[in-house]
Amino acid sequence: MQFIYSGITSGSIFALVALGFNIIYNTTGIINFAQGEFVMIGGMLIYTLLSIYGLPFLIAAPLALIIALFLGALFERVFIKSVRSPNEIKLITITIAASIILRGLGMVIWGRNSLSVEAYIPYKILELPAGTLTSNSLLVIIVSLITAFSLSLFFKRSSLGKAFRACYDDKVAASICGVDVSKIRMLAFGIAALLGVIAGIVTTPITYVAYTDGIMTGLKGFAAAILGGLGSFWGGVAGGLLLGIFEGFFASVFPSGYKDAFAFLIILAVLFLRPKGLFGKKKAERL
Amino acid sequence: MRKINYPFLIFVLIILILAKFLIKNEYYLSIVIFGMFNAINASCFNILLGYTGIISLGQAAFYGIGAYFAVTVAASFGINPMPAIILASLFSALAAFIVGYPTLKLHGHYLAMATLGFGMIIYVLMNEMAFITGGPSGFLDISQFKFLGISIYGEHSFYIFVAIMFFIFTVLFEMFDKSYLSYKLKFIKESEFASKSFGINIFKTKLIVFTITAGITAFNGGVYAYYSGFISPVSFNFNYSIELLTMAIVGGLGTVSGGIIGAAVLTALPEFMASIEDYEMILYGCFLAVTIIFLPGGLTGLIKRITGKNASD
Amino acid sequence: MKKFTLVLIILMMSSVSYAEIRLGALFSTTGPASFLGMPEKQTLEMLVEEANKNGGINGEKIELYLYDTRGIDAEARKKFIRLVKKDRVDAVIGPTRSGSTLAIKELAGKFKMPLISCASSDRIIEPINPFVFKVAPSDMFAVRKIYSYLKDNGRKKVAIITAQNGYGDSGRTALLNEAEKMGIDIVADEKFRDNDRDMTAQLTKITEKNPDAIICWGVGPAPAIVAKNYKQLQPEAMLIMSHGVASKKFIKLAGNAAEDIILPAGRLLVAEKLPDNNRFKSMLVKYKNTYEERFDSSVSTFGGHAYDAFQIFKKAYKISVKENIEMIKAIENIKGYLGTYGEFNFSQNDHNGLDMDAFIMLKINNGDWELIN
Repeated sequence: MQFIYSGITSGSIFALVALGFNIIYNTTGIINFAQGEFVMIGGMLIYTLLSIYGLPFLIAAPLALIIALFLGALFERVFIKSVRSPNEIKLITITIAASIILRGLGMVIWGRNSLSVEAYIPYKILELPAGTLTSNSLLVIIVSLITAFSLSLFFKRSSLGKAFRACYDDKVAASICGVDVSKIRMLAFGIAALLGVIAGIVTTPITYVAYTDGIMTGLKGFAAAILGGLGSFWGGVAGGLLLGIFEGFFASVFPSGYKDAFAFLIILAVLFLRPKGLFGKKKAERL
Repeated sequence: MRKINYPFLIFVLIILILAKFLIKNEYYLSIVIFGMFNAINASCFNILLGYTGIISLGQAAFYGIGAYFAVTVAASFGINPMPAIILASLFSALAAFIVGYPTLKLHGHYLAMATLGFGMIIYVLMNEMAFITGGPSGFLDISQFKFLGISIYGEHSFYIFVAIMFFIFTVLFEMFDKSYLSYKLKFIKESEFASKSFGINIFKTKLIVFTITAGITAFNGGVYAYYSGFISPVSFNFNYSIELLTMAIVGGLGTVSGGIIGAAVLTALPEFMASIEDYEMILYGCFLAVTIIFLPGGLTGLIKRITGKNASD
Repeated sequence: MKKFTLVLIILMMSSVSYAEIRLGALFSTTGPASFLGMPEKQTLEMLVEEANKNGGINGEKIELYLYDTRGIDAEARKKFIRLVKKDRVDAVIGPTRSGSTLAIKELAGKFKMPLISCASSDRIIEPINPFVFKVAPSDMFAVRKIYSYLKDNGRKKVAIITAQNGYGDSGRTALLNEAEKMGIDIVADEKFRDNDRDMTAQLTKITEKNPDAIICWGVGPAPAIVAKNYKQLQPEAMLIMSHGVASKKFIKLAGNAAEDIILPAGRLLVAEKLPDNNRFKSMLVKYKNTYEERFDSSVSTFGGHAYDAFQIFKKAYKISVKENIEMIKAIENIKGYLGTYGEFNFSQNDHNGLDMDAFIMLKINNGDWELIN
């Protein structure tokens, strides 16, 4: 049953990425193809802050998060806002362009090789029924859960969060009520970047980070979002965890090379059979 | 049917002939040949995206299917290259039909993701089914290319073959662009709702276009495999689909010259960037972003504006 | 007649003054094999610079054309064609990776370009292509060394986990072939890819079969992840790596998980620890010190391949000029050359020149290499 533990670990990362997709999708209707690149940047940032500047983790991590918010907002202004007369094709392709640029920047700034960071907490192996879990993996799971809960509290309780939800439901009505839709969009990207960077920070001690990591992470995160139902908050979390577990199970049964294909089979299966996903929302239109 | 742009076709023909005489160095000739392969693929992508509004992020898979199917069938059954390539083209069209049937009912980003998923699955299969494809190390057993008994080998003879292939394709594309079919597709792209009420069977039309472009791309892939003498999955991955997207958009969506110009610029780019190779990716992304934001008509649109041509195409 | 002779003399002089040796090189300085390719690049550049300072070879300066293949076989092909057609080099050293070498093997023959590869797969020289040589010892020898060691320690049940690339493929073939001959029982056969991030699935399948030893065959960050995952699963088996990870970068990436790993490697890694009467010791120590001083990083056996390749090129060039024979024939005539991996004895049928003596067994202890007997 080892695959359940490694599945939940990788699934937590997918969940965070899926949340990022959902927030942007709900606020703007855009699918951000560069979401995976935020994860890569997260890993690169923490590497730079820890290994190059030698900052202690308790300073480096919050700093990375603040940079993430800023980067996300910048991303929105530079790429999304500047597209005049936006239509669906333009918006999809501009995020693709953004992901290429971010990848290229990653390569130029940090090189082509895999970079590693030291574990943030002492390395321990936890013996669990039918398997083991490392302390790093446990950290990934716990951080992801805390992030998801905090985010959902933010949306439920805070006034800013309520403004977000107003935008989800009806942009025009929200702006009539005084919600600054433009600012909310910027914030949405900021939060999505934040989620990506958190994922990048916790996963790097385990999997290292390289400039190409964003592609697969983004695609699998998107698969998780679709599985759970595009736009659904807890759907994204559930989708992520389920995808991780199924993928792990798949890898233990079939030759492991096919593992990657699995996420894409899921995308196809969901899109063809049940586009709303498991917990889909009203926004899932096919037409 | 509108008037065919003969000056344009003659212009292309002259360039092709001039290139053959002016470029003696096999290395630069090979770059032009790669450029032509890319131009055909990018034009097919353009037909899908620029004319019909289909974002096929898995388009590279058809290129790869054409390449692998042709060389595998030729090696296993001892078939000659050209028939093998034709078979590969038909197989790819069939695959496109099967995949397209459920996929083309989707729209926008759902469609993009579905095609991407398909492309990725093919890529994994290319890597994993090593007993057929040779896996990540590639397929080495490619025989010499023979067409109608003539052995075609080396840059000079391949250039002639590929240039003829490319020119025929361009002529057909130009005819397509001026035909009623292209209007139908652009109508669908503009508004599916309106075109449906006009009586157009959207789904059937899309499926036909998807199938045919897959077949053309696969044919291209087969010839590419024989030219290159070596194929490996890495040439047919998601990155290549994105390159085609960039070529089509930068060149100009919905135009005949779009794929050609885009491919020309982006194939030649690495050659000028040899010393600053590292920045190639950023430049690529910037070209794409700048085109989307500031030049929706791509380079073709820019040229048309400069030369004051009628932009109502 | 005078004018004609004058023109002829001028032409001959100009051709002589433009004469220079053009050497091409293809290394994976970036990408998953970068910790092989980078030392190779640095070593070659260092040697060419040193040679040119001393007047080049036979008084001719060497012009080096070095390209990065990024670890991608198709890219190696592209750059090789460029070296042949555009840069018009006299010979090519490299590539780093087995897959890349195999991808250009028949091109080397087609373009009649001497190729001295730094990769190890046996398929590079079998079947023999008159233009293709390699300076890295065959995987077969490494495997035999590993199996001998295992048998001496009473371990016969072996699980293998290999990379899905030219190098891993070659290793896997050697592991399977030699197992039968040497009485080793292979109980599991798993694979991973260069960019995989998690191998617990494969390792779990392996531990279920209770092997005595697990042999991992790959390069780059992936084997480091295998080591980490292995440590987490805590199997009873011994973990053995291939010479593909014989670099300090591997120890850095794997961290604690590198401890106690056993691998076959070249003597270069433990140059100083060799007994003084070892005939390779002085040359190895000299290279090690020069390299480490200049590049401020530990020497690796991969840099050693580039070292050997260049020395062989130099020797062959001199012979080919002196005896007016082709470069490839000159290489085949080289015998008794003491290189970083052992003594090279080339011939028409042996385009590698090394034997099993090339490898010694090492263990990673406290983040450093240790000789074991």
